[in-house]
Amino acid sequence: MKNSILEIKNLHVNAKEKEILKGIDLKINKGETHVIMGPNGSGKTTTANAILNNPMYQKTMGQIIFEQEDITNLKTDEIARKGIFMSFQLPEEIPGISVTNFLKYAKNKTTMQPVKVFQFKEEVKKYMEELNMNPKNMERSLNVGFSGGEKKKNEILQMLILNPKLAILDETDSGLDVDAIKTVSKGIEMFKTKENSILIITHNTKILHSLKVDYVHVLVDGKIVKTGDQSLAKEIEENGYNKYKNI
Amino acid sequence: MAKTNLKEINRNIYDIKNKDEYEFKIKKGLTPEIIEEIAKQKNDPEWMKEFRLKALEVYNKLELPTWGPDISELNMDEIATYVKPKTKINDSWEDVPEDIKNTFDKLGIPEAEKKSLAGVGAQYDSEVVYHSMREDLKKQGVIYTDMETAVREYPELVKKHFMKCVPVTDHKFVALHGAVWSGGSFVYVPKNVKVDIPLQSYFRLNSPESGQFEHTLIIVDEGASLHFIEGCSAPKYNKVNLHAGCVELYVKENAYLRYSTIENWSKNMLNLNTKKAIVEKNAQIDWVTGSFGSKISMLYPMSILNGEGAKTEYTGISFAGKGQNLDTGFKVIHNNKNTSSVVNAKSISKNGGKCTYRSLVRINENAQNSKSSVSCESLMLDNISISDTIPVNDIRTDEVEFSHEAKIGKISDKAIFYLMSRGISEEDAKAMIVRGFAYPISKELPVEYAVEMNQLINLELEGSIG
Ligand SMILES: Nc1ncnc2c1ncn2[C@@H]1O[C@H](COP(=O)(O)OP(=O)(O)O)[C@@H](O)[C@H]1O
Ligand SMILES: [Mg+2]
Repeated sequence: MKNSILEIKNLHVNAKEKEILKGIDLKINKGETHVIMGPNGSGKTTTANAILNNPMYQKTMGQIIFEQEDITNLKTDEIARKGIFMSFQLPEEIPGISVTNFLKYAKNKTTMQPVKVFQFKEEVKKYMEELNMNPKNMERSLNVGFSGGEKKKNEILQMLILNPKLAILDETDSGLDVDAIKTVSKGIEMFKTKENSILIITHNTKILHSLKVDYVHVLVDGKIVKTGDQSLAKEIEENGYNKYKNI
Repeated sequence: MAKTNLKEINRNIYDIKNKDEYEFKIKKGLTPEIIEEIAKQKNDPEWMKEFRLKALEVYNKLELPTWGPDISELNMDEIATYVKPKTKINDSWEDVPEDIKNTFDKLGIPEAEKKSLAGVGAQYDSEVVYHSMREDLKKQGVIYTDMETAVREYPELVKKHFMKCVPVTDHKFVALHGAVWSGGSFVYVPKNVKVDIPLQSYFRLNSPESGQFEHTLIIVDEGASLHFIEGCSAPKYNKVNLHAGCVELYVKENAYLRYSTIENWSKNMLNLNTKKAIVEKNAQIDWVTGSFGSKISMLYPMSILNGEGAKTEYTGISFAGKGQNLDTGFKVIHNNKNTSSVVNAKSISKNGGKCTYRSLVRINENAQNSKSSVSCESLMLDNISISDTIPVNDIRTDEVEFSHEAKIGKISDKAIFYLMSRGISEEDAKAMIVRGFAYPISKELPVEYAVEMNQLINLELEGSIG
């Protein structure tokens, strides 16, 4: 039997009194890469936020199990410390906190161990080179005035540094040019190991050209309407979502 | 006989009544006798005693300010008991409130300093500070001493400048200050002397009575430069809850002065501090101010740009928690050509605290080609806190560049979620956001003060979650 890392059971979620997720079931095993695809407004970002228990979204039914533990109602920071990471569709700008200090702090908090400064610096330097990032950005305020691409790369950098067990990537590819998509895919490849699991959320399929994935789920109107392998992504690329919209 | 007896009895009663009334009066108001008593105790020269008495006359004529925070709780009738020298109000360490003791502990302040900050210990040995002023500065003629000593030893310098920048007629509390001032620092930097280490008043705020009506007088002569740091982050505790200090800064031609303060008063305090700088040709004054604590603060440092090309920058932050009303801001008068002012003011309010930014920018007719840019930003940590901006911009010439920008906002739930998704607790996330917000101010402070300010922010935020 494969090792389950995340299991979502019959999850219903409201945002501002309105039901957005209408019973989601999803199971991800260790080392697997899953994709959730779906049209705009289908509930993809809501799913990611619900996993991290963003208080702006209310769970009305269902359960989320991470490594055999019920995390449905844990606080966001506890969930993060268990090993779940989310790359934001729209990363927040935080003035007055440098990227370096933030990374160091986050690393310290997630690992709950002191950060070895030299090793940390070397690691950051290495990943930044891989991601074609401007080293000067490290001293800038977190995401403040960053371009869309710089913000997304910064999310991937955080993922690599924090090295979670499960990374949820919400539209990390959207709004990026071809080169940036390649760089980001490279970052994801580096993260992908036998143990690490990934949940990629996207409304287009470009990023899937350069990434091998295990499962593709189609999310429409708050429900997963179909699950398949990589070929399902190809099929959607050709035919769009229309065929799933009126199920 | 019986008649006489009756008269005598009556007179006795009358006398007793009189005596009562007399004592009552002393309690109720400030009298010349009290001022003379202060002058005597301070060993004032004659001119200073006269000065105090004149200030008292002004004080008795002026009314309390009718704008700004409500300070009606301040019982001016009781003012005499505030200022009487040697009022021994049974100060003891046991009487110092627990929250203040805790803050001292958390800031890691040594025992002796704790007691003197709380006004119950022996005065911290001020000799230590004088000796620590480097010999070479002394040789260059830099004077750094307490205000009383300056009055006695440098009468010419003091007479020429004392309460000339801040005249006693400014407002009632300045008049009060003029009459009863005590303690404070005096600095004179001679022409072209650059003082390359910051001078700090930290260690001498501590005499029990000096924290309340202290007078700071700094003269930076032509071409000289100085960084002066006042205060510390420990809450200064006084049983008597009025602080009316006065700071006068003279920045002569081509001189530079940077004046940094962290004011942190205990939360029973009414802080009505007056600070002004007169800036001459091509000279510059920079203010860096952190205002914490106090129940009510009314604090508006002012730069008067008298000389052509004079410059000023103001960088300030205030933090109001539960029950606090901090009314702060900056005033600048452009009185000459090519002058410039840059204002960067921030405020944080939480748990129902109130921060008001009240400012004045006046650019006079003769101040052509001047520039002024004002930016103020407020952060509210919850829905019950209040933040307000009341700017007055009085621009009397067209040939100026002027900009004013104000932002008021609540701490972002999305930003908190973002940080928490990186394993950072809610409390830490909020503190990070607040520290980041305050960073443009704290980076202007010497590093040890910046660290203290961050600790203070953390302390203020503690327990504010949930
Ligand atoms: N905080 C919110 N408050 C109200 N409605 C929301 C909120 N977040 C999302 N929604 C609504 O929920 C639906 C799904 O949103 P979302 O999960 O962001 O979609 P996707 O990421 O798939 O484009 C949309 O109709 C959106 O308007
Ligand atoms: Mg989305």
